[in-house]
Amino acid sequence: MKILVPVKRVVDPYARIRVKADGSGVELLQIKMVMNPFDEIALEEAIRLREKGVATSVVIVSIGEAVCQETLRHGLALGADEAILVENAQSPNSFEVAKILEKVVQEEQPQLVMMGKQAIDSDANQTPQMLAALLDWPQATFISNIEIKSESIEVTRETDAGLEVLDVMLPAVISVDLRLNEPRYATLPNIMRAKSKPLKTLNVDLSQDSHQLKLDALMSPPIRQKGTVLSSVDELFEKIKPVLFS
Amino acid sequence: MSTLIWIEHDENNLHPSTRNLITAAKLLSKPITALVAGKSVQKVAQELSTIFGIDAVITCEADYYFPFRAEPIAKLISSLSKDFDNILALATTTGKNLLPRAAGLCRHAMLSDVIKIESDKTFVHPIYAGNALAKEIFQNTLCIMTIRPSAFEKELLEQSPCEMKSIPALADDTRTKVVRVAKRDKDKADLQTAKIVVSGGRGLGTSENFKLIEDFANKLGAAVGASRAAVDAGFVANDYQVGQTGKIVAPDLYIAIGISGAIQHLAGMKDSKVIVAINKDPEAPIFEIATYGLVGDLFQLLPELIKKIEMSSC
Repeated sequence: MKILVPVKRVVDPYARIRVKADGSGVELLQIKMVMNPFDEIALEEAIRLREKGVATSVVIVSIGEAVCQETLRHGLALGADEAILVENAQSPNSFEVAKILEKVVQEEQPQLVMMGKQAIDSDANQTPQMLAALLDWPQATFISNIEIKSESIEVTRETDAGLEVLDVMLPAVISVDLRLNEPRYATLPNIMRAKSKPLKTLNVDLSQDSHQLKLDALMSPPIRQKGTVLSSVDELFEKIKPVLFS
Repeated sequence: MSTLIWIEHDENNLHPSTRNLITAAKLLSKPITALVAGKSVQKVAQELSTIFGIDAVITCEADYYFPFRAEPIAKLISSLSKDFDNILALATTTGKNLLPRAAGLCRHAMLSDVIKIESDKTFVHPIYAGNALAKEIFQNTLCIMTIRPSAFEKELLEQSPCEMKSIPALADDTRTKVVRVAKRDKDKADLQTAKIVVSGGRGLGTSENFKLIEDFANKLGAAVGASRAAVDAGFVANDYQVGQTGKIVAPDLYIAIGISGAIQHLAGMKDSKVIVAINKDPEAPIFEIATYGLVGDLFQLLPELIKKIEMSSC
């Protein structure tokens, strides 16, 4: 079984985000970029499945400028077998990304696409579901456990109400949640080895499509007024009494 | 043309945030049609038909529409899409699972977690864990989005029942099967709808100590939350997690105990009306956004506060 794992290059989750004064984007100068943490979890799971002999190969794909090769090399160092860069200088929205990935799936013919439930920059949580729709494949989102059976997979989904176990026929698209696993670190020998693993570039033309969404502006969220530090439980109790007993 | 809202329910009750979704839909100033799909939905459809602002209720019943799976529901929604300008659902795990699939079937982009409706085409939603807000404009007629319930008030008015219509179910070719569902404890207050939330963090130290938080919450009739650090340390199950990657809450009162206030966590609770923080570190970032802070040992301050509340409630 071949597994395709889309990986996005995003701002480090621990970086401080500042919106540019002109509202055109966020300040990215001298900000560390990393692989989207949710994608890293998807990749980790794919690699474990290959190590167990369930998957035969793990292919990663990233969409963006040439610099995304860094993210792909990192993925290869973690254990992916091959990498694909889809060069794209725009910042495509989730639907455009899904359309690009649809083309990649047609080219690569994986049986399973595993990806993060959302990217931590756009926070959209849409691409896996949209890709599944475009491919007419079944989907399972927010996965915290996966077991591969012969023609299907059994997955546990994390939902607002609790947990839901689904049996999903292959081929399928699944999106992973935080608690599926803890990703490994890349070792130095593997980082060296990754340099010689195959990384190819693919061109996907979406130029005929019109953009359905236009970003008007980015804004900073309203700043919450700093409150008061109180000196005793009594004082606190008096302050919150109206809400406690309303 | 009008607005379609997809209704989440458990066959007996509407999702507690349904009235928030209706308020959001009304801001689009178009007639509102509610779609209720499930095994047996007459009860919830009736209840829905009397909420002020709904112009029509469409019901669609089949065994395979409940529990909700993304494939059949998305197919149903997209089959109706040509009659609507807007398609809205709640930004719950269910809404987020199926609406993007419906958008994909409509071959259309969409927005998630909308918190503000500026015009019939312009919407605001948070990105970067709430550290930035994006204002986006749909370039053509169909606007598809999930709505963050805490950003909209509940519609409280009633009306005499609106028009109801039943439509036939579509053929089921779904390739997923629900094996089992494990629901969270029923008598626990729901994090996303509770008026008061009490959350504990790493400062609690152990899962035994975390019971302090649960007892306190029980006394207040509050829901229990946790920081990701507390979840990762194994103090509580992950469905308690408040934060960008967990649940987003905005109660009247949020009490953060032993939580330092990582960006991740703040993103999930900073819109609460009143925030109380109890932490031993006066430099903890949580104090930057807390309405009221108490610096000190939570194992001393919390029992004192509980005692105070018990005394005044009897």
